Amino acid sequence: MPPTPQPAEGPPHVEFEGVSKSYDQRTRAVDDLDLTVRRGEFLTLLGPSGSGKTTCLMMLAGFEAPTAGTIRIEGRRINDVPPRRRGIGMVFQNYALFPHMTVGGNLAFPLEVRGLDAAERRRRVDRALELVRLEGLAGRRPGQLSGGQQQRVAIARALVFEPELVLMDEPLGALDRRLREELQYEIRRIHADLGVTVLYVNHDQNEAMVMSDRVAVFRDGRIEQAASPEALYEEPERSFVARFIGENNRLAGRVAAVHNEICDVEVDGGIVRAFRVAPCGPGDRATLSIRPERVAIAPTPGLYTNEFDARVEDITFLGDHLRLRLDVCGRSDFIVKIPNMVGHGAVIEGDRVRVGWTPTDCRVLDPDDEEETP
Amino acid sequence: MAGHSGRVRVRAASLVAPLAVFIGVTFAVPLGLMLLRSVHDPVVADAMPATLALLAEWDGQGDPGEAVYAAAAGELAAASDAGTLGQVASRVNRVQGGLRSVMVRTPRRLRDAPDGPRRAALADIDPDWTDPATWRAIRTAGERWTLRHYLHAVDLDRGAAGGVVRQPPEARIYVRLFARTFGVAGAVTALCLLLGYPIAYLIANAPAARARWLLALVLVPFWTSLLVRTTSWIVLLQTQGVVNDLLVAAGLVADGERLALVHNMTGTLVAMTHVLLPFMVLPLYSVMRGIPARQMAAAASLGAGFVHAFRRVYWPQTVPGVGAGSLLVFILAIGYYITPALVGGQSGQLISNLIAYHMQTSLNWGLAGALGGILLASVGVLYLAYDRVVGVDRMKLG
Ligand SMILES: Nc1ncnc2c1ncn2[C@@H]1O[C@H](COP(=O)(O)OP(=O)(O)OP(=O)(O)O)[C@@H](O)[C@H]1O
Ligand SMILES: [Mg+2]
Repeated sequence: MPPTPQPAEGPPHVEFEGVSKSYDQRTRAVDDLDLTVRRGEFLTLLGPSGSGKTTCLMMLAGFEAPTAGTIRIEGRRINDVPPRRRGIGMVFQNYALFPHMTVGGNLAFPLEVRGLDAAERRRRVDRALELVRLEGLAGRRPGQLSGGQQQRVAIARALVFEPELVLMDEPLGALDRRLREELQYEIRRIHADLGVTVLYVNHDQNEAMVMSDRVAVFRDGRIEQAASPEALYEEPERSFVARFIGENNRLAGRVAAVHNEICDVEVDGGIVRAFRVAPCGPGDRATLSIRPERVAIAPTPGLYTNEFDARVEDITFLGDHLRLRLDVCGRSDFIVKIPNMVGHGAVIEGDRVRVGWTPTDCRVLDPDDEEETP
Repeated sequence: MAGHSGRVRVRAASLVAPLAVFIGVTFAVPLGLMLLRSVHDPVVADAMPATLALLAEWDGQGDPGEAVYAAAAGELAAASDAGTLGQVASRVNRVQGGLRSVMVRTPRRLRDAPDGPRRAALADIDPDWTDPATWRAIRTAGERWTLRHYLHAVDLDRGAAGGVVRQPPEARIYVRLFARTFGVAGAVTALCLLLGYPIAYLIANAPAARARWLLALVLVPFWTSLLVRTTSWIVLLQTQGVVNDLLVAAGLVADGERLALVHNMTGTLVAMTHVLLPFMVLPLYSVMRGIPARQMAAAASLGAGFVHAFRRVYWPQTVPGVGAGSLLVFILAIGYYITPALVGGQSGQLISNLIAYHMQTSLNWGLAGALGGILLASVGVLYLAYDRVVGVDRMKLG
């Protein structure tokens, strides 16, 4: 088990303030970004390809200049500080190890630059190798290591000069699943041991959920939502986040009535009472998001505010749970997951069943542009 | 099974056979013949075997004796009848100037001479025949296997006493020319590296579309005849040429003091660097393309300034390309011929121009072969040195 994410409540370490970046003077790779990373936090930038995650890291590391806005480290504006003076450890996507140097030479490089003497260099290199569990490989060349080992060297090199801030750009992207899981755990352990601040980029949501204290979901150069993995899953605030994190059923509809936190939304098969997240008023378009595991099959009549008739289209057996595809509220891809418990055999394909869910498990979000309106 | 693999081997061999024959006929055989010629010269030995056999007993000082005179008179007459006298005479003449006319004249005059001792007859035809130096020259020219071309090629000669001595100062030309050739080749290599390294870096790190264009620009010279390129430099660099005109127009050079940029060493360096630059850029480019741009970024993120990062991270990874490019340019440069011949003038001539002279004008193929052999050997030494320092298997040519 990886260590449980600690609530990050330290002082601000990195601040992006109104940061934009345009490569071509027309489109913005990063668009008016505000983000605060707290000291000791493990923050993942998660988002689809091209959403501006790498650009963010590159601006922080100093390899790209922001078109607008301010980046601060410990309150100090660093827009004009050259990369080598920022003291940031960086793990590049394809490792960027120096192939003509040994592992020891790679690790000693930043120490040599800092003028440490040979004995101190050797001591720190050994400690860093120990940290990533590669003792005894100092004499090898990167080309003589496996992918996972090279990745460990890259991580060790980014840490060996004891930076307080470490950036990692999809460090595990090139590895197979087993190795990836192993290294996810290792990186978490190192983070917990050293207490460094980590900014981590990837586009694998499971990895982000497992590793992060907080996840910032990127879309088109903007942050849709930045929150703990639990909050992102349980309380998505944007329909994009609901779609991107975990599995979700989305129903498009129109707001019929609003009562404070709760509102009624008219969908294809009737009225759904739901929890209002996005600011909306009667007549507005909206997207409802319902997690598949929060839907009950054949509930006691009257137990749920929202109850609908559905037809079971198909059932997939997945070991610990069953996955039902239903036709309900005008959608034939409504997914329900039920735990594999005695009595599940009561439902078979083609059955007509009642389904139900509570208003608090059903969130009213902004209309999803990538969904068709009714 | 054996029959099958045997057939495969035969088929494979028959596929490479044309290439093997081609290389043999156009490369290996001429090269071998050239090297053979530099140490082997049978003309005099075949024409005057008896004379040479007698001269072998002679101490090299004083009178060689009537028997030698008689044998020589007979063999010269025979050579004259066989039509080889001219070749024999010119070989002896190379050892000692002035003997050619003496030898060519002798058989004709001998026919009219009275019978009697041949020594008197020959002495009567030309007093040179009584000079021991003449006989020493014949003896030297008669060596079937000889290293004297190599001695000449490094400004040495065999002394009268048999030891090796330096040529008289006015005849010492080759060592200086070799030195100049290596100097020019070294300078051209350094210039190509200096100019080519940034170009290759630019191309290797440019976006794909621009890189294609830049690479094409580097290769354009290959599509133009070497002769055209070289003569264009004459047009550009001559006293009334474009470069001088621009300098005068810019007021940097007075009209009366136009610079001599061509038909001298400057012209040779400029034109050769231009012609050989692609041979430096291409191996460098191929090495640099394999170095991810991220490496320099990584070095910077680890705290290294540009100079440090370049010296420790980038440069070492380009060394195989630097080695390959330098070796290529240097080897091509020491054998360069057309360019120095056209733009080099007197002070810009290189050893290859002398080789051409001996091949085409003086017809001293033995010496030409020896000069070529020395060039070939120095290329071999360079290659071995490179292998020692960089490792040939690390060399990247493209
Ligand atoms: N050097 C560059 N020059 C021009 N445009 C660029 C450059 N780098 C990135 N972009 C553009 O900026 C946008 C954001 O790119 P970025 O690399 O930050 O995305 P990303 O979120 O890291 O994507 P991925 O997950 O694929 O790595 C993309 O549209 C990309 O095409
Ligand atoms: Mg990226």
